[in-house]
Order: sequence, then C-alpha cells, then structure tokens
Amino acid sequence: MNSLDLLTFARGTALNAALAVCAFGILLRLFEIFGLGRKADLSPARPTTPGSGWRTMYARSIPPPGMVRRDPVTYIAGYVFHIGLFITILLFAPHIELIREVTSLGWPSLPSALVDALAVASIIALLVLLAHRFSNPVKRLLTTGGDYLAWVLTLLPLLTGYLAYHHLLFEYTFMLALHILSVELLLMLLPFTKLFHVVSVFISRWYNGDISGRKGVAS
Amino acid sequence: MKTAHPFTSEPGTVGEGLAQRGVSRRNFLKYCSTLASLLALPAGMAPVLAAAIATARRQSVIWLSFQECTGCTESITRSHSPTLENLIFDLISLDYHHTLQAASAEAAEQAREQAMHDNVGKYLLIVDGSIPLGNPGYSTIAGISNHAMLLDSARGAAVIVAVGTCATYGGIPKADPNPTGAVSVSDIVKDKPIINIPGCPPIPVVMTGVLAHFLTFGKIPELDGLGRPKVFYGETIHDRCYRRPFYDQGKFAQSFDDEAARRGWCLFKLGCKGPVTYNACATTKWNDGTSFPIQSGHGCIGCSEPNFWDAGGFYQALSMPITPVQGTLAAAAAAGAAAGVAVTWHNRSKKSAARAAHQKMTVDDLKREEQ
Amino acid sequence: MTATLAKGINAFKEVMDAPIASFFSSCVHCGLCAEACLFYTESGDARFTPIHKIEPLRRIWQQEYTLLGKLGSMVGFGKEVTDAELAEWESLVYDSCTMCGRCAMVCPVGNDLTYMIRKMREGMVAAGHAPEGLVTATQRAISSGSPAGVKWVTVQAQIRRLEKQHGYTVPVDQVDVDYLVLMSSWEILNFPEYLGAVGRILNQAGKTWTLASDAYEATNSGIQIGSSDLARELVSRIVSAAERLKARCVISPECGHAYTAIRWDGPNLMGRPFGFEVKHILEVLDNLRRAGKLKLKNQKSLTQPLTYHDPCQISRRGGVYEQPRTLLNACASDFREMADTGVMNWCCGGGGGVSANERAEPLRMNVFKKKKSQIEALGVKTLVTACANCRVVMEEALEHYGMDVEMLGLTEVVADQLEEN
Repeated sequence: MNSLDLLTFARGTALNAALAVCAFGILLRLFEIFGLGRKADLSPARPTTPGSGWRTMYARSIPPPGMVRRDPVTYIAGYVFHIGLFITILLFAPHIELIREVTSLGWPSLPSALVDALAVASIIALLVLLAHRFSNPVKRLLTTGGDYLAWVLTLLPLLTGYLAYHHLLFEYTFMLALHILSVELLLMLLPFTKLFHVVSVFISRWYNGDISGRKGVAS
Repeated sequence: MKTAHPFTSEPGTVGEGLAQRGVSRRNFLKYCSTLASLLALPAGMAPVLAAAIATARRQSVIWLSFQECTGCTESITRSHSPTLENLIFDLISLDYHHTLQAASAEAAEQAREQAMHDNVGKYLLIVDGSIPLGNPGYSTIAGISNHAMLLDSARGAAVIVAVGTCATYGGIPKADPNPTGAVSVSDIVKDKPIINIPGCPPIPVVMTGVLAHFLTFGKIPELDGLGRPKVFYGETIHDRCYRRPFYDQGKFAQSFDDEAARRGWCLFKLGCKGPVTYNACATTKWNDGTSFPIQSGHGCIGCSEPNFWDAGGFYQALSMPITPVQGTLAAAAAAGAAAGVAVTWHNRSKKSAARAAHQKMTVDDLKREEQ
Repeated sequence: MTATLAKGINAFKEVMDAPIASFFSSCVHCGLCAEACLFYTESGDARFTPIHKIEPLRRIWQQEYTLLGKLGSMVGFGKEVTDAELAEWESLVYDSCTMCGRCAMVCPVGNDLTYMIRKMREGMVAAGHAPEGLVTATQRAISSGSPAGVKWVTVQAQIRRLEKQHGYTVPVDQVDVDYLVLMSSWEILNFPEYLGAVGRILNQAGKTWTLASDAYEATNSGIQIGSSDLARELVSRIVSAAERLKARCVISPECGHAYTAIRWDGPNLMGRPFGFEVKHILEVLDNLRRAGKLKLKNQKSLTQPLTYHDPCQISRRGGVYEQPRTLLNACASDFREMADTGVMNWCCGGGGGVSANERAEPLRMNVFKKKKSQIEALGVKTLVTACANCRVVMEEALEHYGMDVEMLGLTEVVADQLEEN
C-alpha cells in the first residue's frame, strides 16, 4: 500500500468506519445518559429567575470572577487550546469542504497561515496542560490513563496536520493520510473517553443551569 | 554543412548523428543547458553534458508497449517540435517500438531479438502499459503474452524505464475492478534497476531528460520511494503552483464559472489533486512550456500517482469523503440507538431492582454492622 | 460483602439518574472544582478536590450503567467498591464538604457536584459510613424532634419569656393562619431573639401566624446525613402540621439547609406538591416590605460598618440573595460587600452537617481562614447573616481566632428597625 492508497483508505473505508463507530457510540452514550431518567421536580420553581439550563449552557464558558487568578494555567491554556482547536477544525478551508460534503453546510474560511498559527498555539497549550497535569497536585490525583489517552488522541490530529501542512517528517500524501487517520482514531474513541464531554458538556451544563435556575440562581 | 562540424564526429556516436542532421553546436548547447537545468545540475555542467552526449555511443533501446493507449508515445513524439527534444532520438538507437518502427510482423520481432542479442546486458528497456496477469490472452504481441515478453526482454537489459502510470503503477487498466489483473513492471521484475516515469502521459521533457541523464552519467538518477527520479517528482504540483498564494489566503473558486474561477483563484474546492501529486507540471509545463491543466482552469487529477483513478472523484475536494458517508452515519446512529435502547432497558431494570431491594432506613440502621 | 455494604451499593444504584450520568461523562479532570472549594484552598490538600470525593459513586455508575464499564468489569478491569474504601471516603464526603455548591458554580463542564455529593451520601449512610456526630444528631431528631434534643417544653419556656418581654401572645396551634413559623434548635437555644423579632414583624404587618407544638423544628438531619427516608420522616412532621393548621405559608427560619429541606427537597421527598407555600423568612420580610406592610424607621439603626455573610443554602442554593441586601440597606448606613459574595460567597465551613460532626472541628476551624480574611479585608466589626448554623459556626471560629466581631441575625436587625407603635 502506497501513500495515495493509504490516503484513499483514510478518505474512504476508514472514514466510514470511524464515523460509524462515532455515531454508534454517541447515540449509545446518549441513551445511557438519558435512559437513566430524572424524576420530575415537584417543588414549585420560582416564577422569575435569571438562570436556566439554556443560559448555563453558554454562560459557563466564561470563568466566574476570581477563578482565573486561582488557576491561570488551566484557564489560559484551556482557552487557547479550545479556541485554537475550534478555529483549526471549523475555519480551515479543507475541513469546511468535508463538513459541506457531509452536512451541506458551509461557511467562509480563514487564511491558512492564520489557522496554522492557531494550531501551533493549540499544540503549545496542550503541552502546557500536560506539564500542568504532572505538576499540579489536584490534577495529578485525578489523572488516569484515560486522561493521557485523550491527550494523545487530541494532539495527534493537530500535530499531523501541522506536519502535513509544512511538509515535515514524511511526504505530504502520507502525512495527510496519517492526519486523517488520527482524526478517525479520535472520532472512534470520542464517545468512550472523556472526550465525550464534547457532547455531554451541553447536557451537564443544562442540568446544572436548570437545577439552579428553578431556584432563582443563574449558575 | 560547409564548415567542419564542431561535434566530435566519430562514427556511431551521437555527435556524428547530430552532425549528419545539421544540428548546430549552438542549438545543441542550448539543449544541454535546458537539460542541465531540468536535472537541477549547475549551469557549468552544460558543456560537460554536451561533451558526454556527443561522444556517447548511441544507446540501444527496446520499447515495449503492453496494455496502453499509446498516449505515452504520443507525448514523447509530439513534444516541443521543432526543438531539440525530437533529436533525442538521435541519442539512441530505437531498435524496437511497434508503433514507430517501419518493420512489421516477423521482421519486427527479429529486430527486437537481434538488439537483445547484440547488446545483451547493455540495452535500455522502456515499457509503457501494464501487464495483465488475469489471462495471458488479454494482451499479446506476435502471440507472446506481455508477461512472457517482459520477462524475456528484461533479462538482458541494463536498466528498465517504465513510462506512464500504467507501466509504473498499473494505471487505468488496473483501476477497480481491474478486469485483466493488470500489474506494473515493478510488480513483475524484481532483479533489475527500474526507473518509474509516471504520468498519464508523462511530461515529454521528463522522459527525454531521464534518458539523457542515463546516457550522460551512465547511471540512473536518484529515485524516491516509488522509483521516481527525485529531480522531477520531488515536489507536489500544489507546492509549485502559481495559484498557491490563493490557497494560503483562503481564496477558492467554488464553481468553474464563478468570478473566483475567472480571477484564477485556487481550484482545491473543485477537486484539484495538486497537493498530493508529485510531478513537474507546474514548473516544466506542457507544449513547450505553454501551460498545464491548472493554468488552463482545471484542477490536477493526480494522473501520475499510483491508483489515481480510484482515489476519489476528480471533482471532489481532497478533504471530502471518497464514498458518501450519510448512509453509514444513519445506519450507525440507528444501530447506536438500538444498542442504547437495549442498554437503557437493562439499566432501568437494574435500577428498578435496586429500588425494590431498598429497605426503608430507620435510625437503627445508622449504626454499621460490625464485621 | 457485608449486609450494610450491599445496602450502600444498592443505594448508589438506586440514586443514579441522567444528570449524574451526564456529570460523570463530562468530567475532564481539570481540577478547577478544587479551586472553588475552601477545604482545598485553605489546606492545599488535593484529596479535598470535590470530584474526588465522589469517586466511588463514579465507579458504580461506570461499572453498572455504561456498556463499556460493564464489558470492562467482565474482563476484570473494574475496581470494585469496597467497605474499606467507603470507610476511607467517609471523612471526605462528610467532614470536608459542606455541600455549599461553590464548585458547582465554577465547574467548566457544568457538573453540579453538590447534587452528586447528596447522592453519594445516600449510599454512604446506607453502608453505615456516616460520621458519629451526625448519626447522633439524626437519631435525636427522629426520636425527640430536634437534633439538639430540644423538647417542646423548652420552646414553651422561651415563649413565656418572650410574651413577658414583648407583651404579646405567641399563638400556638392556631388554625387557618397566614404563616406557620418554624425555628431551628439553635434559635430555640441560642437566639431566642429570632422568634421575638418574627412575632413583632408579623404582628405589625397584621398577619396571622402560629407555632405548631408538634412541628417547631425546621432543621433536617436526614438531608445532611443523606438519608431520604429519614429526611422524609422529618419533613412529613412539618407538612402534616401545616396541613392540619391550614397554614397558607410555612416560614423557614434563619437556617440554610432547613430551607433546602422544606422548600426544595420537601415536595420531592413527600412525592407530592404542597398545598401551602414555603418561604424563607427573608423572602417573607421583603414581600412585606414591598407590600408596604413593613414600617421601618427612616433613621437607620445600624451606623457601624458591617457586612453580610450569604448562607450557601439560602443564596447560592436557594436564590435568596437580593432580599437580604435590600433589607440590610434599609437598616444599615454602611453596608459593605465582601469580595466574593452573593451566589459566589464562601461557606462558613460548617454547613451540610459539618457543624454536627465533632470530628471535623479542626478542619472547620482551618477553613474559616477564608472568611476571616474576607472580614479583615473589609475592616468591619459587625457581621450579619441569616442562618443560625452559620452564626454558631462563625461565632465559635471568631472566638477561636480571637476576633472582635459581633454577629447579628438579619431578622432581628429588621425587627429593631421597625417603627415604634
């Protein structure tokens, strides 16, 4: 199998397999969560409230006052990583083409050099977060093998994408194939690792906001 | 031919042949300079090349055509006329080429056998077209199967040059479902140096350049992992494309007739395979350096890459899935939901069982049983 | 597996629901919950990380309610929850968590860790791993009606004192009233001025009210220890009294978790909505003020600089954070806010049953350093709050740190601001 064959495999069979596992897993996990049910709350909710599940879904993206100062590394590196990753995924022209093909939705892209810089920022942030995971006592206590797996799964697409774009390490076709395969690995394991927070964060934030909102608190 | 010709004109050499054809030294040096630059040699190498070529004995070449369309031959013969590229034929003694030779039938085959006999271990074997392994009868010459003829001809060759994507990688005959069981030269011949010059067809100056290199230096040029001369196949079309800045700026044509296309923006979204195609089209161009596909408004189809025909649609962007994924997604989601329902049912019965097993707690239960 | 451990595991399985599953699914081990937890910030001990306190519950969820976890257990990957482990976790779940909910406000993925701790305690208490002090308080609450062992006769003695002091009759077991007034043991024992203040205010506002001789205690140790069965038993006493007396509204006293127990958990424990309202005393006071029934002197009676400590269950977990500020501003001329306040306040260190758990006292004193620094930063000598438990915990800690700070209950502050008749 040569590089183009590997790329063809990555764009064809492997992509289908990865999306299948990912879709299967996400649906399964959603059923696992919602299937456990939730008792209706019989206490009367406050008639007016500044909070709600929907509000917390987005509001929780902003750090509460004082928290950035308490843990600047996690917040700043966390923001740089997430923003860099989102932009790299969603505003790079080739990625948009893929999304357009699958969903028929498309939008304008950012210049490649800018996306490249953000991808580098994301990679650096990931490295910082890894170092912090080693050095911070709380993170060290909480860390499991799953955290390292998720870290590697996230780093690989960024790194292979960067190497492919800059024609480093291997020739482009092979690196591009590796890049796509690394994303496929990520997709396949996403539902079964902590990476599932990509989906479940909206559910947990909604519940949090709903629990507080009905009491009159915007959480 | 009034004056003494500047070439060394020993009988049987290339120089003699060129002199007989009235090629001026000026033109010959110009050709050698072009060749040197194509081969990425220093400019000072041109006279060395000229001397080497002029004094070289004409190389015996046997050209075999198997499952092919003659496009490769068309390419090499029609190149850059009336420039010196045509004269490359004077560098060699083309002893067998069943499209170009005058002889036919038994005489033709005799010519091949004669050349093989006379130049055993020294002749250059050029192959275009793939070799069918499915059934020997799929493609034969003079009743000899392509496979048998290749093995027979390869035995005494110094070097084999596979030209065109069919000979190098199987090409279109090998495309799915590969009805003839087509394979490439390198799939069959394992014990001879093979130079792959892929392309459908290959760029004429690349073919002639590689031959000239071999004649000049007596050895094969530096090859990459796919047996291609690095000097011509070292970079992707995309990296040398004059439209590359548009890609970097995120400026793309969305259709072949939109304003962006008229402005000459990048054709990535229209399926250009330039990013994964290693070839010299963007630098040497075609038809005497006139243009190449992207310049004329069409994306690269990646014809010089192995299995390019099966590597997704020509008009699908490189980042797009090759096969539609919507069906897969829907089926997988349905399966996930079905598994989810099963798990939910299991979880719910487990939770109900836990609820049924619940013993109402009283204050007396607050103290733990001592073990 | 011992019978109690089996009960504990069974309880863990029973309490698992969709929010819990989504919370565990979302956790990315970022550790930010620790930064919001005063047990961690004041000690630097990573074991006090909120999500870590719920680890056994997470494993039960993973092993019992996820396909991957089930498969993992089959091939011997899942580490079972053991009695020894729960014993080790007991102090994390009960001593170093006041269920203040601050971590639930900062968790980037939105995990409501208090909700999870509450579920965790359900299994811990069933497994027999609740702390001694809390067990004793719960036993007393069930048997005598009050976690401190306060009996109705004690209340009667207080009523007589109040009647003499204020010259009005304290209604007991009156039917068809606007309000059923509850108290916490702390108010009965330490802060009798609360009942006096409520009586003066409600009388001035022309409202009818009553105490119930069989349901005077608002606190609920069942909620704190994490047993819904016991919590239901305690809440049902109030519910039947309110229904018997046809009270239109039950007033939860200045006590944080009592409000949670009656207002938010009550109907769910009883399995039915109530036919009466439940309000915290501050809500009642603010409603009266807005209805013009609270006649306050224009001259503010408190002129010294002071601040307000938000009881977690009343502000963050109860939604009553604007009312105390409106009321306090009507009574005090120099009200200063602490740096982290309202729904982002820091706990006194004694909520969620920690104050009833003697073993946790050193921890509780240590974490008070946070409140201490907040008070010192403002330079105030008066601290107002609306939770008798916060008040007792902080008075002890102020004493421990030798701080000269006076504590006041907000209801009493409002009563002192009333116009003289």
